[in-house]
Amino acid sequence: MAEVIFKIFRYDPEKDETGRVQEYKFEPQPGWTVLDGLNYIKWNLDGSLAYRRACRHGICGSCGMTINGKNRLACETQIKDLGTSVITIEPLRGFAVIKDLIVDMEPLYDKLYAIKPYLITKTPPPTDKERLQSPEDRKKLDGKYECILCGCCTSSCPTYWADRNFLGPNALLKAARFLFDSRDEGFQERIDAIDDKHGVWRCHTIFNCVEACPKELNPTQAIVDLRKLVIRGRL
Amino acid sequence: MSEYKGMFKVGECAKYYGTEDAKVIHEEPKGVSIHNVHQHDAVIVGAGLAGMFAALELKKAGYDVAVLTKLFPTRSHSGAAQGGIAAALANLEEDHVEWHFFDTVKGSDYLGDQDAIEMMVKEAPKIIYEYEHMGVPFSRTPDGRIMQRYFGGHVKDFGRGKPVLRACMAADRTGHVLLHTLWEQCVKNGVRFYSEFFVLSLILKNGKCIGVTAWDLINGGIHVFQAKATCFATGGYGRCFSITTNSHANTADGLSIFLRAGFPLEDMEFVQFHPTGLAGSGILLSEGARGEGGYLINDLGERFMKRYAPDKMELAPRDVVSRAEWQEIMEGRGINGQQYVYLDLRHLGAEKIKERLPQVRELAMKFAGVDPIEEPVPIQPTAHYSMGGIPVTISCRVLADGKEKWLEGCWAAGECSCVSVHGANRLGTNSLLDASVHGKRAGKDMVAYLSTNPVFEVLPEDAAEPAIKEVEWLLNSNGPERPAELRKILQENMYTLCGVFRKKEDLEKMYDIIKDLQERYKNIHIEDRGTKFNTHLMEAIELGHLLETAEIIVAGAINRTESRGAHYRTDYPKRDDENWLKHTLAWRTEEGVKFDYKPVVITRFKPEERKY
Repeated sequence: MAEVIFKIFRYDPEKDETGRVQEYKFEPQPGWTVLDGLNYIKWNLDGSLAYRRACRHGICGSCGMTINGKNRLACETQIKDLGTSVITIEPLRGFAVIKDLIVDMEPLYDKLYAIKPYLITKTPPPTDKERLQSPEDRKKLDGKYECILCGCCTSSCPTYWADRNFLGPNALLKAARFLFDSRDEGFQERIDAIDDKHGVWRCHTIFNCVEACPKELNPTQAIVDLRKLVIRGRL
Repeated sequence: MSEYKGMFKVGECAKYYGTEDAKVIHEEPKGVSIHNVHQHDAVIVGAGLAGMFAALELKKAGYDVAVLTKLFPTRSHSGAAQGGIAAALANLEEDHVEWHFFDTVKGSDYLGDQDAIEMMVKEAPKIIYEYEHMGVPFSRTPDGRIMQRYFGGHVKDFGRGKPVLRACMAADRTGHVLLHTLWEQCVKNGVRFYSEFFVLSLILKNGKCIGVTAWDLINGGIHVFQAKATCFATGGYGRCFSITTNSHANTADGLSIFLRAGFPLEDMEFVQFHPTGLAGSGILLSEGARGEGGYLINDLGERFMKRYAPDKMELAPRDVVSRAEWQEIMEGRGINGQQYVYLDLRHLGAEKIKERLPQVRELAMKFAGVDPIEEPVPIQPTAHYSMGGIPVTISCRVLADGKEKWLEGCWAAGECSCVSVHGANRLGTNSLLDASVHGKRAGKDMVAYLSTNPVFEVLPEDAAEPAIKEVEWLLNSNGPERPAELRKILQENMYTLCGVFRKKEDLEKMYDIIKDLQERYKNIHIEDRGTKFNTHLMEAIELGHLLETAEIIVAGAINRTESRGAHYRTDYPKRDDENWLKHTLAWRTEEGVKFDYKPVVITRFKPEERKY
């Protein structure tokens, strides 16, 4: 493969007043992902480069970053698919930068905690048996339960940039994952958080989250579905 | 370099998550000195299934429990498990825990301890129902029960029958949903997490474990965690090998911390190679792909498993299939003579692949550029699971001498431990089960221990000394060696010299390489000298762990002159029950690796030849 240039956002809280861009040139092997490129830099050119990574196959959600202006997982993005030899890599927008490509994800998690991200039930489950759920009811969770908490959606959301109290696509998708689960009985517990000016009504259906989601989920659809649920529930 | 004109707020350093409601005893300046001392009834190291299950048990019993993880909990590698979790629920056809018991014993090549296995398979259905009650989105049968699929080595009628539907599944994201659901339950119950805290050492006093030290990755600084009960759940060590399914984080930290404290590890020579890793990277394609009926094909287009396991074919256990693949490759029948064969799913049809194996398809497309609906997928054996680990009792208490003596105050569970339920080879879907059952058992036993009201021991003056020394040394290191270079030499050689097939000369060569690398490691340097999120420091510490653990693996492999389960010696191709039906215990000493042994617990099934 031909030589590429990675233009990477750098910021060291112990040295830098503000962020800067550093360029690295190298020749990637065929089949390399952006994460392979970052690893190559870290292991051969500059050991000080800081980024998060773990599973390297798109399930742990550690390596969300902005690559050529779009939020993606570095581990799933083939360098050749970017179609350019100059590749810009920046930390996820909307979160405070800790160092280089590492951002503070705590605000993302805080929004999740706000919607009570766990199954809420009142009917006791059967003893030593599973609760029953029809395949049709289970199918309603498809497109919702697969979220890996990478933050690509919320970080891409202009509404979230403007309103840091907006629950954001990530937390609202998670709320939908439970509210559309036939086993869940937590509508009342969650309604106040989502039926709020910082909840489902804040979404302007910009659809950036849909484009950003590396798991091809549709948080905007989930938010629209939640709005219907809220209205029906309030009636 | 140019100044950055972007839209980021920088310098707004993350708030410190560690101290809000923890009891801070004293505070010292940040840096490499001790930053904080925290006290918790129980401290868990690692936030995968085992760690979080233990934490949940403790929290529900009302104890103050803290979970330390070098990642964020949902980034743990349990989440990468795809195919399923085994339990004889018999939701779709006849199945019995006794059959599961037998299959696990046979799969272990009779090295598994049968009392532990029996307990695990009996608790399996209960733990699945508990998961369901927590909210795991399992796939469902037409009548609404938990869906189950086939998996290698799980069969009917004490090994005599056909494959059985035993692997409880959520599409092919089973580990992901279990991990996220456990985390959700921890959030619900208010379990306290210290995310991105990297544990460095054990704190011992009068033969008791009284806590751990950890490095705060975000802010820098050593923290001392004082606990009445400490549990390690740090996972495996696949990163000793270049081709592995394991996360970058699976670097044997927990195991080597025990070695350094002078404790033995058990059965470390047994490393499972998964037969379906994507060629080149080793990324895991679920065994579910074979469970659903996928074929393995060589360069001649043959289903070559007919020569190695004529009865079970592709559904033979992992060690058997991995060796078959390697044999085909060595005999020149790899695809185009290369080091890989094909996994062919095309005959399953687009609909089945999309519904039952969506992640397999996604991984093949993203990382190999191959759509399994259209083309066969290139695959090769990949280092996957560590059967060995920290020796523990059936209640997950760490054995200081590997045999009988409990290291008071200390537990271990999941892949980092060796109970042993997997013996010489683990069956697919038994790992999620092991992590869950033993995480819970560890938690329960810790609750029982805490209910006897043990006290916090006074910390020794030098509690954090080894940790401080290690970090200080690395932050000031300026030798000529680069950590990445040493790691690469280790990993690539481990894959070829201590992999699917092993022999004396290769292993001895590998041992010399490791000794040389350990010497070179003393002269490394790191390129980031800061204390804030220093990932180069972390990589260097992890490399130290890998080098020590690899030494134990290789020494054990040299020592065990037989072939059993995942450990295959071409110079000793037969299983030798007369001399080797026993567990290895290995200590790392100044004079090299020291060995001792303990008998296998055999209660019900006498060892017989393992054929599939």
